[in-house]
Amino acid sequence: MMPVLSVSGLTASYRKNKVLNDVRFDVQPGTLTSIVGPNGAGKSTLLKVMLDLHPRLSGSVRFFGKDYSKAKSRIGYVPQRGSVDWDFPTNALDVVMMGLYGKIGWLKRPKRMHRDLAMGALEEMGMAAFADRQISQLSGGQQQRVFLARALVQDADLYFLDEPLAGVDAATERAIMDTLKVLKNKGRTVMVVHHDLQTVEDYFDQVLMLSRSVVAHGATAETFTRENIFRTYGGTLRWMGEKLG
Amino acid sequence: MSYAGWILLTASLVGLSCGIIGVLLILRRMAMMADAISHTVLLGIVVAYLVTRELSGVHMLIGAIAAGLLTSVLVQWFHARGVQQEASIGVVFTTLFAIGVVLIATKVGNAHLDVKHTLMGEITFIPWERIELPFIGSIPEAVFILSIVLIVVLVAVLAFYKEWKITSFDPALAASLGLPVVLMHYVFMSLVSVTTVAAFDAVGAIMVVAMLITPAAAAYLWTDRLLAMFALSGGFGVLSAVSGYYVAAWLDTSISGSMAFATGIVFMVSFIASPRHGLASRWFRHRAAGGAAPG
Repeated sequence: MMPVLSVSGLTASYRKNKVLNDVRFDVQPGTLTSIVGPNGAGKSTLLKVMLDLHPRLSGSVRFFGKDYSKAKSRIGYVPQRGSVDWDFPTNALDVVMMGLYGKIGWLKRPKRMHRDLAMGALEEMGMAAFADRQISQLSGGQQQRVFLARALVQDADLYFLDEPLAGVDAATERAIMDTLKVLKNKGRTVMVVHHDLQTVEDYFDQVLMLSRSVVAHGATAETFTRENIFRTYGGTLRWMGEKLG
Repeated sequence: MSYAGWILLTASLVGLSCGIIGVLLILRRMAMMADAISHTVLLGIVVAYLVTRELSGVHMLIGAIAAGLLTSVLVQWFHARGVQQEASIGVVFTTLFAIGVVLIATKVGNAHLDVKHTLMGEITFIPWERIELPFIGSIPEAVFILSIVLIVVLVAVLAFYKEWKITSFDPALAASLGLPVVLMHYVFMSLVSVTTVAAFDAVGAIMVVAMLITPAAAAYLWTDRLLAMFALSGGFGVLSAVSGYYVAAWLDTSISGSMAFATGIVFMVSFIASPRHGLASRWFRHRAAGGAAPG
């Protein structure tokens, strides 16, 4: 099967430090992959570089066999919650509708249909009651669900999520993971930057272990081994040992 | 129209266009860029004058756009190469402004440009500098230019309302949806530049920052809706401009200074009294919460 995402020789730097070095991997359709690695391993940068939000020094990234610019409409991106200003004067429904701005087109106002789509996505995330709520009045978990709802209305084939489970409550974590599994079962492909190693095996069928370059990549059951964790996290393993028991 | 009428109209047009542009400045966290551009447009005006040898409105607007874009490109260029954003703004705008001051002091100072005028503005002269328009008749040139700029600002903001909203709130998402985030940034910088230079004659380079930032910062405290924030900010701008004029007439003092001071008063009132974020409501909420708790 043709991979939905094919990365090869990807190299990028951040403030003169090389954060990604010769990253290469392929992602098959209908998979749910977690991207794990220590702080500074380049997880977020990898997403940004693939999506042309951060410059790359070399390498190639192909989506559905095409360049990013030609595949944009099939790709959904959920940035870290902290990357936006939640005091912005707008409400939850409006934020979700932003996911449709690409489809609505220039100079046009959102129509009833778009409103209904956004409402439906909020409902799916259990947030319909908060549609009119100003976004600063939402809890962290609710804000993350709004972001997820926004990704849902984009109706993409390939999703990238940057730490969607960071700092959210248990109910939100369940709601998000259920949603991602539904997407996967519909044949969509999902890649998630993830920090909680304890849940990798429960939540994801694939794992990409990153430490500036790809340490290991494959089915979680075979890939997420003590040895690979050690190779990925290196010196920070003492802390890891406590975590994994 | 009477002399005072023209001044009030000029001031209101300044308040309205600055108030609207200010909302986007605040939400895009670019208040300092307004300060920078309000100074560097001076260089644009001087260069436009040196090239064309006349001080017409159109040339000034073009010079201002060029200077505003140069400022934002340079700030971005230094920042991308490791200079802190604020330091980059500080270095770029003072340098460009200094070049403008040097050029004025040596070459064109005897003409209609002088440093004090550009820094402080002189709204009292505005009713005398008139142009003849078909159908409308003779109106002050500043009123004409400010009206054009207000129309451009209104059309740009309303036509691309949702694009401004998304590129301000979440530029990464906007880019991933295929919106030209960088282009919109520079279009916005151009809007800031033309608004600044149009307001220049009336209130000067320093006070225009007050008109750009303060009404919008006050409006931010009153509402959680973007459209309402635009309306309130424009309204606060006009309110400050008009009340500033009457304060100046009453105290027989600087009009632009009084107008900028009035924006400060509007902000202070908002800061204390606004229902959502104001000090008073916070104090009451705090007291209500404290009273409800046992002990």
